[in-house]
Amino acid sequence: MLGLKKWFLIGISASLVGGATMISSAAADEQFVPLPSYRVGPYAAGGTGLYGGFIDYMNMINIRDGGINGVKLTWEECETEYSTPRGVECYERLKNKGPTGASVFNFVSTGMTYAVIERATNDKIPIMSMGYGRTDASDGRVFPYIFPIITNYWSQNTAKIKFIGMKEGGMDKLKGKHIVNLHHGSGYGRETIPVLNKQAEIYGFKVSHLEVPHPGADQKSQWLQIRRMKPDWVILRGWGVMNPTALKEAARMRFPADKIVGVWWSGAEEDVIPAGKAAKGFIAAGFHPAGTDFPAIQDIIKHVYDDGKGNLSDKKRLGTIYWNRGIIHGVVTVEAIRTAQEKFGKKSLTGEQVRWGLENINIDEGRLNELGVAGLMMPIKLSCYDHEGGGSVKFQQWDGSKWNVITDWIKSDQSIVRPMIEESAAKYAKEKGITPRDCPKT
Amino acid sequence: MSFFMEVLIAGLLAGVMYSLVALGFVLIFKASGVLNYAQGTMALFAALSFVSFVEMGINFWVALLLTAIIMVILAFVVERVVLRPLVNQPLITLFMATIGLSFFLEGFAQALWGSQVHRLELGISDDPIFIGDIMVSQFDIFAGVTAAAMVAGLAFFFSKTKMGRALRAVADDHQAALSIGIPLRHIWVLVWVVAGFVAIVAGLLWGSRLGVQFALSLIILKAFPVLILGGFESIPGAIVGGLIIGSSEKLAEVYLGPYVGGGIENFFPYMLALAFLLIRPYGLFGEVHIERV
Repeated sequence: MLGLKKWFLIGISASLVGGATMISSAAADEQFVPLPSYRVGPYAAGGTGLYGGFIDYMNMINIRDGGINGVKLTWEECETEYSTPRGVECYERLKNKGPTGASVFNFVSTGMTYAVIERATNDKIPIMSMGYGRTDASDGRVFPYIFPIITNYWSQNTAKIKFIGMKEGGMDKLKGKHIVNLHHGSGYGRETIPVLNKQAEIYGFKVSHLEVPHPGADQKSQWLQIRRMKPDWVILRGWGVMNPTALKEAARMRFPADKIVGVWWSGAEEDVIPAGKAAKGFIAAGFHPAGTDFPAIQDIIKHVYDDGKGNLSDKKRLGTIYWNRGIIHGVVTVEAIRTAQEKFGKKSLTGEQVRWGLENINIDEGRLNELGVAGLMMPIKLSCYDHEGGGSVKFQQWDGSKWNVITDWIKSDQSIVRPMIEESAAKYAKEKGITPRDCPKT
Repeated sequence: MSFFMEVLIAGLLAGVMYSLVALGFVLIFKASGVLNYAQGTMALFAALSFVSFVEMGINFWVALLLTAIIMVILAFVVERVVLRPLVNQPLITLFMATIGLSFFLEGFAQALWGSQVHRLELGISDDPIFIGDIMVSQFDIFAGVTAAAMVAGLAFFFSKTKMGRALRAVADDHQAALSIGIPLRHIWVLVWVVAGFVAIVAGLLWGSRLGVQFALSLIILKAFPVLILGGFESIPGAIVGGLIIGSSEKLAEVYLGPYVGGGIENFFPYMLALAFLLIRPYGLFGEVHIERV
């Protein structure tokens, strides 16, 4: 009896040790990507599309390539409902998951990004805020863990004013013009007020800032003021329901849609379809087009959706603005991990190591072609000094049924933006007692 | 002066839209003393169901009928699953239950119909008309007429019909109403059905304006100050409260906003409602309850 019991215990112990070894070995081949997503609540339409695209891309990398150099990507979603306190809770819940903790967080929320800057810096986990977030975090010397990559809000805004200048026949023609900045009543909405004021000073146009309280479902008072002001252009800095409401009110006030230029959070299908014919002609900035005519997206359809493993149940949403934006989130995340692997080895990496990968990422035209995303996104090169790494914008116009790209890449005006970023970052560093890193200015 | 009038009229008409949501609250509060936090989500659920049926190619009127049937089923389920087990519990418990119901309905709506934004065309013109120099929205006028018709019908129902009086009796005291033979369960189902129909109207009109999307559930934020000001139990109060809130918030945004950085129309109605509470704790038309302590 005793012998049997002994062999039984040995067997159990062996299984446990073996199991642990298997877990450890499996874990060593995984890279965990936390996803604080929002699939319910008022911004669910954007959240499902964007995080759907992000997951589809990572899934495709696992299925087609067997992961990144053999390291499989794993992920876990945590529902934030686009609420900042919930976002912070999700950060805490996910940061230590996976064999080496979280690789990089993408909150797709300026509020959440602001809320975790200090925590993430202390925890040595990078935060990627692609096309949103704290603009002065572009100064990597002060914000080593924050990456507002591709184009921050201030850069985008200078490109918008350039676009308006082009439409007016030259930047000198902006003098005396009146631009209304209709913005969401949030940190995100107010983010571009300083840069617009600066540009108004430089180019001699008048700017009026009108705030729309969250969520922006009623904008009568703002649009009545716009009607009285008779501006030449309106910059729409909206989010969610604020966008179609603004376009409908504009039509009601007989303000032409093609004189409204939206931020890229106003430029998805979800923003214009509810507005119906009122949205026809509306122009929005963008850092990527819609559409599925890209090799990487074709691979997602072939390897993921054709096998019934897609994240979106409605295939009609493939190629929409938010889904494509999710793909780009996936591309940059994967390339950051791949870059970090070149330095630290083909294994599970820590957040700090992935941070190095992000800071040294260099996706040039050749690499865009290799990845099958040429034309879907612009080249990006980041550095210790520059955590933005792009800064160009394309403009697209809604024709009533689809977005059409109407410009080539328009470069942002870094002669305006970078000094403002450095001034603001230096102020933050002083407030927080941060000694900026010494980086070469490239 | 014409600009002032334009802002005032736009505000009054916006207030009518708020009243449409507030009416659903009043109905349930009148009949059960419960502040139904889920009213906004009911409007979303109704609009989402309707637009999904229409997108399936179902005829407008059939879609409306199907939506009404869904709201009737919802009323039965709410009575059976949420309200019946909580009879005679403190009102705060019932209020908390409606918060839970709101979260459930939002998730259920998404599971059933998806999270996408939908366009809803009711065939009501959104072009403005001009009265002199003053611009008025045709859509808002339509909403105003709809709200007025609903108020007239509901006021008649509550004050002139036997069932309406029974509803008021239930609101005063569940136990006493039961003791004189008023069927509490039927009354609750009935009032939730009527509130569901009000939610359909509110959901369709708001959905037509904003698109049918999950942000629709946030329209309750506009209804609360209307209720505080007009009184939680008064149907005319919901309308008068809506008109006061709508016009004052628009005037405040346009004329006071520029001095304080703008964006004040979300909290201004709450400040106004709070000021009213100091003078009239039961709102403009609310019933004054005198209780023996």
